[in-house]
Amino acid sequence: MSARGTLKQKVGRFLVALPPYGWLVVFFLLPFLIVLKISLSELQAAIPPYKAIFAWAEDGILQLRLNFGNYSYLFSDELYALAYLNSLKVAAISTALTLLIGYPMAYTIARSPARYRNPLLMLVVLPFWTSLLIRVYSWMGILKNEGLLNSFLMWLGIIDSPIQIMETNTAVYIGIVYSYLPYMILPLYATLEKMDLTLLEAAADLGCPPFKAFLKITLPLSMPGVIAGTLLVFIPAVGEFVIPDLLGGPDTLMIGKVIWAEFFDNRDWPVASAVAVAILILLVVPIMLYQRNESRAEAK
Amino acid sequence: MTTQPPLIRIERVTKRFGDFTAVNQIDLDIRQGEFFALLGASGCGKTTLLRMLGGFETPTEGRILIDGVDVSTVPPYERPVNMMFQSYALFPHMTVEQNIAFGLQQDKMPKGQIAERVKAMLDMVQMSQYAKRKPAQLSGGQKQRVALARSLAKQPKVLLLDEPLGALDKKLREQTQLELVNIQEKVGITFIMVTHDQEEAMTMACRVGIMKEGRIAQIGTPFEVYETPNSRFVGDFIGNANMIAGAVTGGEGADWTIASSDLGCTITAHHEEPLPNGSDVTVMVRPEKMSIGRQPVAGAINTVSGRITDIAYLGDMSIYHVKLAGGARLQVSQANLRHGIGGRLEHDEEVSISWHPGDSVVLLA
Repeated sequence: MSARGTLKQKVGRFLVALPPYGWLVVFFLLPFLIVLKISLSELQAAIPPYKAIFAWAEDGILQLRLNFGNYSYLFSDELYALAYLNSLKVAAISTALTLLIGYPMAYTIARSPARYRNPLLMLVVLPFWTSLLIRVYSWMGILKNEGLLNSFLMWLGIIDSPIQIMETNTAVYIGIVYSYLPYMILPLYATLEKMDLTLLEAAADLGCPPFKAFLKITLPLSMPGVIAGTLLVFIPAVGEFVIPDLLGGPDTLMIGKVIWAEFFDNRDWPVASAVAVAILILLVVPIMLYQRNESRAEAK
Repeated sequence: MTTQPPLIRIERVTKRFGDFTAVNQIDLDIRQGEFFALLGASGCGKTTLLRMLGGFETPTEGRILIDGVDVSTVPPYERPVNMMFQSYALFPHMTVEQNIAFGLQQDKMPKGQIAERVKAMLDMVQMSQYAKRKPAQLSGGQKQRVALARSLAKQPKVLLLDEPLGALDKKLREQTQLELVNIQEKVGITFIMVTHDQEEAMTMACRVGIMKEGRIAQIGTPFEVYETPNSRFVGDFIGNANMIAGAVTGGEGADWTIASSDLGCTITAHHEEPLPNGSDVTVMVRPEKMSIGRQPVAGAINTVSGRITDIAYLGDMSIYHVKLAGGARLQVSQANLRHGIGGRLEHDEEVSISWHPGDSVVLLA
């Protein structure tokens, strides 16, 4: 057999690779190209609400009309820049909170007796069995002025009048942290669980007390999990729409909501698409960082 | 010599895990500068005992004194003891240098001094050129050296070694055995090693403690435990042994006559203490203490004859398995001193085996 393999093997390999690539082309690349196309077209009051970018001119010449105005428009109105920055801020704070809450949880699960670990992980994943929408609506029930939380605090006598949590950024943070916590816990658990615990014994043996050993040994060794969890939470949180829309108020400016408003309120598909393409580019950088980290971990 | 108090005193130490007693009422003294080996099959409690010395387990009963101080409940990070782990447990995110410096940094040693000590340690284990490498880039033998350097860097009173050569292949292991002994002699630190490999224990240790089911079966120099085991278990565990069961029928001075149903004859064995008539004993004779030949040795006191059933040729020596007329089997080993072919004993040959009464050991337990 030659090193390249027979024709049969080559065909076989091609067939195996076909479904995933086909899936990506049909459900990711093509929709993206459509959005990209719309983002470069001109608005018109018709169905669909944009002009074709390919058109036949009178003398049978195919014309390509690209309109970059949608992109330059993003710079003209500071709404978009503010929405981007605010999205990044909300995502960053949410991710930091998720890490702070998720790390101790993942650590506790990973260090529990082996027979408890899977049930505990199940509990982490269990909320996924319920639709995100329903869970976010439940939070509305908890957080609103006459909701569970305020009633409880007033019953306790800690507060006299309800605290306004609903329709504030706090509610958005609560919603995002709650919804994305499993994405932080799972990769953290995976790295903490496979850590060799004799390393901690070795550290203790060399005179290092437990908390210091955590900082010097456990934390650095769990960095791959921290990075994976951070990216898994941060990237989708930037484009989050449902949670800020339902829990946030009018001043909660996030890019997901802006896209929604452009599409459905303004019916300006080209600008909405331009925003979508821009956010994708904004997110490509973190995704690439993530992939580089992954491939480096694999190379080890 | 004996007036010096022991560096380590283990007093009636017991360790139970639930219903299981891993270590059962062990008393043991270890002197400063000694190379002590705990030897035993897996599950005999030797590792548990070592981990109690390191502080990773707390004794259920009894206490452990190091240099006169009771350390039974002192956590590992406050003990003047370091351990070399079987898996080496090198920190994968640190370089060789950083691994060795780790313990010294915990002691808040000045930076310059740390650098000096690390360099000295690297020189000692001949790993200076690998200082900047990460553990993943080292071979098994190199990791072992780094682990040794790291555990010795703090100059502990005692170094605990858990199967220190277990992960190395045979050739490297033999080479490293002597190196470890040399390093131990040079640094003068007390070494306590756990091993299941009796050859390793015999080669390296000044004294060996043989453990069985949580207790110490015998403590002695390698010579003592091999030549004068105190029980059938130890005799069998260390090296090869022919165990001949019999009953005492009489004696003259320190020479006792023992009627052996195994052999179908009476044999004479040497034993200093008195043996009551009729008591059941086991006579142990090491294979190399017996001589084998086509003709009986003239004037030999103990002589039996049989037929060779198997020959294991090991190069420097051969081990002959001989079946006696009565059905008992004996092992005899003999050095292959001559190159000649003609004189060699062959399969199925009738042979005569003899040994000196002084070369046998009478075992009561």
